Amino acid sequence: MKLKLSLKGNELNAALAGELDEHSAADVRRKLDDALRDPDITRVVFDMRSVTFMDSSGIGVILGRCRRLIERGGSMNVINAQRSVEKVLRISGVYKLCNERSGR
Amino acid sequence: MKNYLYASFPSLTCNESLARGVCAQFAIMLDPTVEELSDVRTAVSEAVTNAIIHGYGNADGQVVMELEAEDDMLTVTVRDTGRGIEDIELARRPFYTSKPGEERSGMGFAVMEAFMDSVEVESAPGRGTTVIMRKRFLRDG
Ligand SMILES: Nc1ncnc2c1ncn2[C@@H]1O[C@H](COP(=O)(O)OP(=O)(O)O)[C@@H](O)[C@H]1O
Ligand SMILES: [Mg+2]
Repeated sequence: MKLKLSLKGNELNAALAGELDEHSAADVRRKLDDALRDPDITRVVFDMRSVTFMDSSGIGVILGRCRRLIERGGSMNVINAQRSVEKVLRISGVYKLCNERSGR
Repeated sequence: MKNYLYASFPSLTCNESLARGVCAQFAIMLDPTVEELSDVRTAVSEAVTNAIIHGYGNADGQVVMELEAEDDMLTVTVRDTGRGIEDIELARRPFYTSKPGEERSGMGFAVMEAFMDSVEVESAPGRGTTVIMRKRFLRDG
């Protein structure tokens, strides 16, 4: 799993690529939390375009970061998911919990 | 057509992708759609991850995956001889996780149920867990 982080103002864009499962989740989580130590970041956009596989381990990663952002009054968005990834996101209510709550 | 595969591998998270790869390759013989195939991959990943993380808790152990194909039906059995589940009904509830501190989503069983036709769980504390998942690949042709 590859993770490309880019910061534009207060928005962190996290472009993931490859397979997100339990095995790769720990590394992704660590890198994101490192980046989120910057208190000025108030918005994270997960670009899922190049994620070819994701199971519920990925949901844990996303919801965990979402919680941290909401705590600091920030917001999150998950975009561009392929169909199979989209299905897992939808079942787990990620769009409801994150995208909508944070007002897109 | 009848086919059968038995795989046994140590409880390492790097074997999650191995297991779903093997399973997908096996399932291809049943001529699934792209969507059906990715459903199977995801469900297998959930069951194997649970065996590794919850069954063995990262301790050493073997995870067994059995694949059976008969006509248009795929049966996937994932088995561990780890700690087992005390309350299966509770464990299967969406968002329930026994390890909330580790940021687990508790959606593994829910995903298996959504992506397969049926999911059976047999488990006994201290003895281990067996998950049996079935999916039929229906073709209107
Ligand atoms: N193979 C297993 N061995 C022991 N416990 C398990 C096993 N599979 C699942 N469980 C239990 O069921 C719960 C729910 O599993 P799941 O829905 O996959 O959520 P999660 O893995 O995120 O906790 C787990 O937290 C665990 O307590
Ligand atoms: Mg799980």
